[in-house]
Amino acid sequence: MAAPRELKITPIKNGTVIDHIGNGLSLEVLRIIGVQELDKDSTVSVALHVRSQKMGWKDIVKVENMELSPRKVNAIALIAPTATISIIRDYKVREKRPVDLPEHIVGVARCPTPNCITTRGAPGESELEVARRRPVVLRCIYCERQMDDFLAHLI
Amino acid sequence: MALKGRDIISIKDLSREEIEEVLKVAHRMIPIAEGKKIDRRLDGIILALAFLEPSTRTRLSFETAAQRLGGRCITIADPATSSVVKGETLSDTIRMLSGYADALVLRHPNEGAARLAGQISDKPVINAGDGAGQHPTQTLLDLATIQEAHGTLNGLRVVLLGDLKYGRTVHSLAHALALFGAEIVLISPPSLKLPDEVTEHLDQMGARVREEEQLHRAVRDADVLYVTRIQKERFGDETEYAKVAGSYRIDNAVLSGAKPRLIVMHPLPRLGEIAPEVDGSPHAAYFRQAFLGVPVRMALLSLVLTGKGT
Repeated sequence: MAAPRELKITPIKNGTVIDHIGNGLSLEVLRIIGVQELDKDSTVSVALHVRSQKMGWKDIVKVENMELSPRKVNAIALIAPTATISIIRDYKVREKRPVDLPEHIVGVARCPTPNCITTRGAPGESELEVARRRPVVLRCIYCERQMDDFLAHLI
Repeated sequence: MALKGRDIISIKDLSREEIEEVLKVAHRMIPIAEGKKIDRRLDGIILALAFLEPSTRTRLSFETAAQRLGGRCITIADPATSSVVKGETLSDTIRMLSGYADALVLRHPNEGAARLAGQISDKPVINAGDGAGQHPTQTLLDLATIQEAHGTLNGLRVVLLGDLKYGRTVHSLAHALALFGAEIVLISPPSLKLPDEVTEHLDQMGARVREEEQLHRAVRDADVLYVTRIQKERFGDETEYAKVAGSYRIDNAVLSGAKPRLIVMHPLPRLGEIAPEVDGSPHAAYFRQAFLGVPVRMALLSLVLTGKGT
């Protein structure tokens, strides 16, 4: 008989589950989600270092009463490209999809080049394009410099 | 050819065919640039030159290019004499100039400024250098110089010498050379090597790139020797700078083992990287290179403003 499946985190009625986050990256995901903006009655559950058949080890984040904006999904895709996002409504998974890194990422991370026009009070939002996907490397469309350290430059 | 109305921000915005077209038109512009033929194709056209960072050579060659073809220029030659000094933003300056002129030429101290200007302006924007970023007309005139000397860009062995890390002209030129199938030989002090992202980009293009340590060996079988400035401020220690600058100095002795058709190029101004004795040598191409900036910019203005190549 197979071993009973152990639930590390209790199910949620409505909200979002972000699964298959790279081991140790869930706290960064929480930073992107912006826990302080949540409804005061919402619960956030975080599981770190969970066994995964696919990944060896992974992190999981569950957030009650919140669905992610496309901008936040793009930011999560940057730091956790293996993540999957499930939308839960009335305890059921209504939608499940992997995060998808678009070709152009607008307003998610700042260009780190000190002399770039976008860091000098230029109007409009930062715009980065994907130079490489695995591992993710982005290029500023203005100064054309590449960056791979997004965590320090997320908006 | 679809350059009419286009922004020219980075050499990477141009295909190989578009670069070839610019070079072909530039070649036809030479007698007009020399004053031997008259052509007024830009008659009635006003070009705004916004040089928000000082530059003599690039600004004067754009002014010359426009005026040789009958166009007129309105110029901010020094930001200290414009509203920029009062705190006017780049976007306001660009909006104002695009209301006055038919095309804008922008030089700016910040990287990416030209791309932003292109988004703001409803008139074509030509990048005349943005900080340590792009300077596409320099690359085009570099290519024109090589093509004039060798009749082709394909299959040549081009040595890039000096500051390959910070020198913006070198990164754009390497991309263009890779596009045309030239072999690229890199020679620089260890601290001023080509950045990894540029090397990776050249690899992705399938470029033939190799590093060389010995200057005389690099020069021996080269078709082009492209020399860049090594700036003192890149070194913490003046003695180290003097040692490096000395070991990369080009003089007639260094060139004695070179092929007869080798050309020596430099984006100018030079700071002693090439000895004055080389000026009289048949290898010296840097003054011709500076002159070719005029016909190349004439070609670009003609193609962008009128769509006319011939």
